[in-house]
Amino acid sequence: MRMRRIVADYPLVLIAIALSIFGVAMVYSAGQTDTPTAVERVYKSQIVWLVFGMLGAYGISRSSVRFIEWLTIPAYVLSVILLALTLVVGKGAGTAASTKSWLAIGSVRIGQPSELAKVTVVLMLAYVLAARREPPKSLLDLWKPALIVLIPWTIIMLQPDLGTGLAFIGIFFGMLYWSGVAWPLLLLLASPVVSLILSFSTGLWGAWFLVLLALVLYYRPYLVEGIVLMVANIATGVIAPILWEKLAPYQQNRLRVFIDPSADPRASGYHVIQSKIAIGSGGFLGKGFTLGTQKRLAFLPEQHTDFIFSVVGEEMGFIGVMVALSLFLALFLRVTRIAERANDSFSSLVAFGLMASWFVHVLVNVGMTLNLMPITGIPLPFFSYGGSFMLASWLAIGILMRISGEGRGKAAFKKV
Amino acid sequence: MLLSVAYVFLLGAFFKTQVLQHQSFANQSEENRLRPIPLPAPRGIIYDRRGEIIAENLPAYAVSVIAPREDSLRATLKTLQPILQLTDNDISQAIRRFRRAPTRPTVVLPDASIDVISVLEEHRIDYPRLIIQSVPKRYYPDGPIVASFVGYTGEISEDELNKPQYAGYKPGQTIGKGGLEKQYESVLHGEEGERYDEVDARGRPVRGVGPHPVREPKGAPALKTNIDLDLQKFVASLWGDSLQGGAIALDPKTGAVLALYSHPSFDPNRFTGGIPADYWKELNTDPRRPLFNKVIQGTYPPGSTWKLATSALGLEAGLVKMDSRMPIACSGGLQYGRRYFRCWEKRGHGSQTLAGAITHSCDVFFYQLGLKIGLSKLVAGGVDLQFKERSGIDLPNEIKPRFPAKELKAYYDRLFGKGNWSNAETLNLAIGQGANSQTVANMAKFYTALATDGSASKPEVVTRNPERTKIMSLTPEQFDGLRKAMAGVTSAGGTAASANIEGLTIAGKTGSAQNTENPDKDHAWFVGFAPAEQPKIVVAVFLEFGKHGYFAARVASKIIGHYLHITPVETIDTGG
Repeated sequence: MRMRRIVADYPLVLIAIALSIFGVAMVYSAGQTDTPTAVERVYKSQIVWLVFGMLGAYGISRSSVRFIEWLTIPAYVLSVILLALTLVVGKGAGTAASTKSWLAIGSVRIGQPSELAKVTVVLMLAYVLAARREPPKSLLDLWKPALIVLIPWTIIMLQPDLGTGLAFIGIFFGMLYWSGVAWPLLLLLASPVVSLILSFSTGLWGAWFLVLLALVLYYRPYLVEGIVLMVANIATGVIAPILWEKLAPYQQNRLRVFIDPSADPRASGYHVIQSKIAIGSGGFLGKGFTLGTQKRLAFLPEQHTDFIFSVVGEEMGFIGVMVALSLFLALFLRVTRIAERANDSFSSLVAFGLMASWFVHVLVNVGMTLNLMPITGIPLPFFSYGGSFMLASWLAIGILMRISGEGRGKAAFKKV
Repeated sequence: MLLSVAYVFLLGAFFKTQVLQHQSFANQSEENRLRPIPLPAPRGIIYDRRGEIIAENLPAYAVSVIAPREDSLRATLKTLQPILQLTDNDISQAIRRFRRAPTRPTVVLPDASIDVISVLEEHRIDYPRLIIQSVPKRYYPDGPIVASFVGYTGEISEDELNKPQYAGYKPGQTIGKGGLEKQYESVLHGEEGERYDEVDARGRPVRGVGPHPVREPKGAPALKTNIDLDLQKFVASLWGDSLQGGAIALDPKTGAVLALYSHPSFDPNRFTGGIPADYWKELNTDPRRPLFNKVIQGTYPPGSTWKLATSALGLEAGLVKMDSRMPIACSGGLQYGRRYFRCWEKRGHGSQTLAGAITHSCDVFFYQLGLKIGLSKLVAGGVDLQFKERSGIDLPNEIKPRFPAKELKAYYDRLFGKGNWSNAETLNLAIGQGANSQTVANMAKFYTALATDGSASKPEVVTRNPERTKIMSLTPEQFDGLRKAMAGVTSAGGTAASANIEGLTIAGKTGSAQNTENPDKDHAWFVGFAPAEQPKIVVAVFLEFGKHGYFAARVASKIIGHYLHITPVETIDTGG
């Protein structure tokens, strides 16, 4: 392997470090409650994982994109196998106590394979999409990428882990978009899901069906595709209520409470209400680092994992929220720039896919704290306590550093 | 593009929540963590006329639990049960309290013993939801002796909370439930204070005092009464186990209640902080009805004590003089129409003057006087003498006496049915029987008019402006004559000669009230005042099943003797 001097992408690394420090500080604060719990000490292991992640990132940044590309298929296969294992020997923990997303040896949890899968699916999708000469033009062209996402997605939905499933859908659509798939086609692809959501209201679903019809006539897919699409839409529209019955009660609850949090103020709705109270009471300047009363007195649930952003809102106020969100925006813009400047389609797609994954996490997690999104148990990158996710995020930073370093501004796809 | 839209969208949402809606959420956050702990105010101290304490407050320890939900309260109580030695009844009572006021600390033991408190303090750490508070506890040093007028306190009930008079009261607060405690609730009730305890999501107190200022409770001012505690104690001491009834002593010129006692009594100290179930049951199953105030809640036929009303009406109308005699002498009864009306003295009194008829309580004389006055004037006169009104004493739940209405035809028609009554009612009414039942307090009030210039004084337990109403206009000579006749009652030859006290003239009248349930056990009355020449005290004594008025007169004369002897000369109101 030919070694080449790489100029480190300082903006990227600095933003990632800033986010991580902010995040670890919030995990530390999350542990500062009036009635001490085990959360008091977790910031230490978060720091350990951060150091591991940074070392891993450095290591990856010293390798090459080709090596990563070479690793893609085995890594993808491995992550699918590990995911499948969780269905057999999986353990629950934290917010997802009733799910089986953890792999454990004995009682020692060693990680969530779904975090690894988020990276490998990005790599695999990039691998497949980059192999094409031109972007997919029909739904039939999409069977391969769809299958790559569908396999791990299905396993994750069986665990079941709604939030991670949502992240995969985000990755899928983000990367198809970046690979140049026309937006009407994306819309057609998403149409069965839209049907599913709208199926609760016959009127809305009927309206959507007319829009869909117009879209099909405009885009003119193959006849078979068109028919399949329509059938799929009708099917999901009818199946949705049946599927609803299949959801676990706690999942139903979460979706129901998303629509009306006061419907169930003691159970699921309680989380959202307390989170909004925490954020709202933080005001412009916040209650001060470690001083949030909602958090201190345990009114805030899962304050070190899913609802860590509520701690940011309560203690650092609107200023803190603005700083955190601005850092994320800067990260995403920087990564988009890396994707634009990447040497080849694979690198570019990988960069954009990683960004898409983080974006969905941030949007859903932060939105959830204000009840703008359903509570799906999705963590906030660099903030939420969790070793696997911290490690995976920093490995992704490593990959991005490498892509950025190799990039000479000849991006395969010019977008945005 | 999408990134920027999402960024602006999220920032906008946070701006709305954190800046625009900040105040509302800040308040909710405060409500979340600060639990108000009420600090009960001491009730006003009640004094007698000399500054002796009738009701005061002692420090007590109340044990309360803060619980967010009923099930967690149940769980906490279960663990506390062996330590606090709670009965199942205590637990269900605490749970009822919680349901009434879930945001207030739930009182488990309103008055815990020092032993229980010291054990609890040792295990303080194990029970973070527990609050041990020093609270003022109502205490009546003389307990049952003063219960008849002072009443008792207790926790406000749900029904009471809905009444407009208790607007602003909160569940769990203590209010006066009877007697002065209830009558003067608005005066005696202090202003509750509040402190804030910081609690966590499970309702466990975290730090002592929150950042909010503590509002100190404000005690109520003292309440001075007209009661003569020494006399009250003496009155209460006169009743043995075999007696039941009531007595009231008034200052005739002001209506000041010097003593008010109903026997048997109850111990109001045991009512504080919840009445023990067994004591409550005992009180309610006792056939002598300790909770029934026989001075203001019972009405009884006044019997011969009412003959003074007949006399006054006759004198006022100019129908008789003190030395007038009736046409028919007493031979033990009087034939009226087809009925024969007996005199209590079967042997007969012979011919009597009005004065003699009062002294000897001759029924035959008063039958004829009644007929002379006539039924309609007798009834109208009785109404004007306030026998159809409550005495107006400042105690709650006084019952209205029973007396015919001025529209007597309609009244008797309704009472007996049309055509089922005759003029013979006049005879009954003239000797204090018939449709006439009076409270002990009301009879005492009537006698304040006889003891003074014809003005009845409204009985007042608490010192206020005396309220007097002129109810009869007699000449000084006529008053003098009536008093002399009444003095004869307690002298040799009178119906209550045995009540005589040497060196003191007691003017009064005995009475026996027919007991409809048991004719052999008539009720006994005595209403009178002393000294007859310049009355300082009016006493009404009623003995349920007392048989003869002179038993009541003996009790009354002891009360009068005690009062007049111990009253220092310099404080005697010489009138003017």
